[in-house]
Amino acid sequence: MSTALLATAGPSGLAIFWFALIGVLWVGYFFLEGFDFGVGILYPFVTKDDLDRRVLVNAIGPTWDGNEVWLLTAGGAMFAAFPLWYASVFSGFYLALFLILVALIARGMAFEFRGKRDSVRWRFWWDQAIIFGSALPALLWGVAFANFLHGVPIGAHGEWVGGFFQLVKPYALLGGLTTLSLFTLHGAAFLGLKTTGEIRERSRAAGMRLAIPTLVITLGFLTWTYLDAVHRNHHGLVPPFLPILALIVLASVGWLIREKLEGWAFIATGITIAGLVATIFLAMYPRVLVSSVAPRFDLTIANAASQHYTLMVMTIVALIFTPFVLAYQAWSFWVFRSRVSRPDEMAGEMATGAPTAPQDA
Amino acid sequence: MTLLAGISSLSLARWQFGVTTVFHFLFVPLTIGLAFLVAILQTAAYKKKDAEYDRMARFFGKLFLVNFAIGVVTGIVQEFQFGMDWSRYSTFVGNIFGAPLAIEALLAFFMESTFIGLWIFGRGRISPRLHLASIWLVSIGTMLSAAFILAANSWMQHPVGYRIDKATGQAVMTNFWAVMTNPTFISAYLHVITAAVLTGATFLLGIAAWHLRKGSTVAGFGRVARIGIVVVLLSTVATMFMGDNQARLMTTQQPMKMAAAEALYNTTDGASFSLLTIGDLSGNPVFQIRVPHALSLMATNSWNGKVEGINQINAQESAKYGKGSYAPVLWISYWSFRLMIGFGFLLLALGVIGIWLMRRNKLEQSKRYLWFATWMIGAPFLANSFGWIFTEMGRQPWVVNGLMKTTAGVSPIGTGYIGTSLIGFTALYTVLAIVEISLMFTLARRGPGALPDAPATSDDADRPAALVY
Ligand code: HDD
Ligand code: HEM
Ligand code: HEM
Repeated sequence: MSTALLATAGPSGLAIFWFALIGVLWVGYFFLEGFDFGVGILYPFVTKDDLDRRVLVNAIGPTWDGNEVWLLTAGGAMFAAFPLWYASVFSGFYLALFLILVALIARGMAFEFRGKRDSVRWRFWWDQAIIFGSALPALLWGVAFANFLHGVPIGAHGEWVGGFFQLVKPYALLGGLTTLSLFTLHGAAFLGLKTTGEIRERSRAAGMRLAIPTLVITLGFLTWTYLDAVHRNHHGLVPPFLPILALIVLASVGWLIREKLEGWAFIATGITIAGLVATIFLAMYPRVLVSSVAPRFDLTIANAASQHYTLMVMTIVALIFTPFVLAYQAWSFWVFRSRVSRPDEMAGEMATGAPTAPQDA
Repeated sequence: MTLLAGISSLSLARWQFGVTTVFHFLFVPLTIGLAFLVAILQTAAYKKKDAEYDRMARFFGKLFLVNFAIGVVTGIVQEFQFGMDWSRYSTFVGNIFGAPLAIEALLAFFMESTFIGLWIFGRGRISPRLHLASIWLVSIGTMLSAAFILAANSWMQHPVGYRIDKATGQAVMTNFWAVMTNPTFISAYLHVITAAVLTGATFLLGIAAWHLRKGSTVAGFGRVARIGIVVVLLSTVATMFMGDNQARLMTTQQPMKMAAAEALYNTTDGASFSLLTIGDLSGNPVFQIRVPHALSLMATNSWNGKVEGINQINAQESAKYGKGSYAPVLWISYWSFRLMIGFGFLLLALGVIGIWLMRRNKLEQSKRYLWFATWMIGAPFLANSFGWIFTEMGRQPWVVNGLMKTTAGVSPIGTGYIGTSLIGFTALYTVLAIVEISLMFTLARRGPGALPDAPATSDDADRPAALVY
């Protein structure tokens, strides 16, 4: 690759649009899979028996895969719109990404497989896969995103010159704890919204207990981020109201859950997640990956972007099809809007036994 | 980084790509094929209000879901390992290769994943018509996703609609339409989709045959076996037809690949080689030809008639791209090509004999055929894998034909990383394979009698949901 790869002039409007769109895709991903992860993390804390655990799996069962596709779309969009960004991030965060992939594989399989065999041991192992497969990515995504901003050892041509353990630093770990706690809280709100009876009560209790620690961790991380961005990056666009809004909203979550307003609590944790991701993206702007070696090696929107034609094609496709995708995904959430209950709580009105022939309802 | 370390990262990365991709593609064709066939069964159940078809649609639907799950989780690895292991390749091709990948996620993966959720959990919650539409949308989604990924892959085989940017050295897209109508893509797509339907149909037939052989009285199995036979026959013929078309295209676009694959076909003038040609085409005495010729080919790289073919092409390519060897590993090309076609002919036999037995009304009585059909479940999987190994290995040493060598595409990262993930993924995938295959066996043998809880059938969505998983 020639050195000129890093030497292009200012970003085009289209490239900025794609940077923003990728930010939105990551927001969508963390908002949606965030609560899936939270449900998996809460798994050992809010369930007492196998039926409880089935309720949890069923609460996210219909939609978790669709949620995960936001990640695939974000990754694909980075590949197409910013090849150098995609290449540097995924080769540089190699081991972190490897662990995330292993975790996603294990938990994805677990949802589909755990109920397919009537064996305590079988279910026990899949349950472990759900717990660790949710907790690990929830932590590692935060570590990775904090590193995007804080700087990673990339040299000329966007290629990595450092090792994995350079990614493990206090700031990044705090970022990891932030996503871990925030997603867990988001999951607790979701379970409060989606379940009934004792599971709902336990989820609410977990949420109330988590609310304050999460606020403290997030406050610490956002403050550090803000100072760091201002300190290192004079041209970043971090409107201070954004992290502040995120924190104010987050501060209300404990109360909302106590008042049984889990729907609002869920929206609040969602807004916090969006605010957090947006803060990181805006603090990076106009860069996409900060080099800790030297500013001239930063990957920027301008030097990492694909050329106009590719971006144009992608823009047209995205504008045409995104509305459909959003519509049917929203519709599927609507179809599965009702709460999930233990069969023994459901007044015996429902047959869970023999298979039934198709009927026109 | 030393040259040595660079070389071993490369081979580790290649192994990793080969292992994870072949593994992904074990499940992919069955997913594509079964989604389509289950949709057909469910349509029959819906139209005829037929409980037997419904039972079959649910039974194979269950097996489909087990398979689908692995296809999904292994696909996530595929999406990211271009960046992880092939970062220089990704930087080089991102302008072109990234677009179909992103569009695939937007157009196909969202559709598959959303409607599979509706299909699994929607029974009784959405109307039967919508439920039926869901499985069709899943099927369309799987076929769409195959289209985009194959468009990307075909561009690596036969780059079109691009130019090389002078400033950055990257390949940049100049014509998206050309990329999406690449003849290599159209041809490969039809071959892969027909092969996927064949994979699904063989699976249907093989499992129904097992139950028939065990004397199952479930009427659906007889019907499914018959549907399976017809589809096996039609799709084998179609796959072969499309493959033949591809071979001709390949001869013009990637002559080296064809020379490597065909080498032994044309050596009829060489004494021992002519036996091999005949043996091969008839698809049966594979064993006679195997060892001596394949070994001499791969070890000495010396040919009679065909040697010149490869050398000439190599000379042309050397003149064009600089001195070097531009031939793939011959024995891999040779054997993978032959094995793919060989299994194709076995499957043709499966279809033809099946039709013959059906017409004479002897299907249920022919224990030997039923036994054969069950064993043949493995054949399309092998043919698919060999087909890809042939396609991908035959392109070597190029990763993008004529534009970038595989050696230039690998990530500049240490062997420790790639080694760790290679071992990790291989171990994980081995466990997954064992778990999935044993689960498939259990569920397939148990038959439709043991279908787990069906949720209630009213579509009152405000009532609490029943447990499905
Ligand atoms: C001919 C078809 C075909 C081929 C060559 C590939 N795939 Fe695949 N892939 C599918 C056909 C498919 C599918 C049938 O559509 C799957 C299987 C199960 C599923 O949900 O979709 C799938 C799943 C799947 C997923 C998960 C989607 C989800 O979460 O729902 C991803 C990210 C990929 N694939 C990506 C890839 C990449 C990057 C490939 C190239 C190396 C690749 N696939 C080869
Ligand atoms: C799903 C079916 C596929 C299979 C089974 C398959 C298999 C393989 C194999 C066996 C190799 C060679 C590994 C080696 O050299 O040791 C390879 C290489 C490669 N293939 Fe594929 N492939 C498939 C699809 C694709 C697709 C759809 C793409 C692109 C979209 C692709 C891109 C590559 C790349 C980038 C390499 C790296 C070069 C190399 O390792 O030699 N493959 N693949
Ligand atoms: C007479 C029978 C067949 C012929 C002549 C044939 C021909 C071919 C050719 C020429 C290619 C390589 C294309 C390229 O690299 O450009 C190929 C690839 C492939 N074949 Fe076949 N094939 C046959 C049967 C089968 C069967 C029975 C299956 C599976 C059930 C199969 C599955 C595949 C797959 C998955 C690929 C790789 C994807 C691709 O490049 O299209 N083939 N085939």
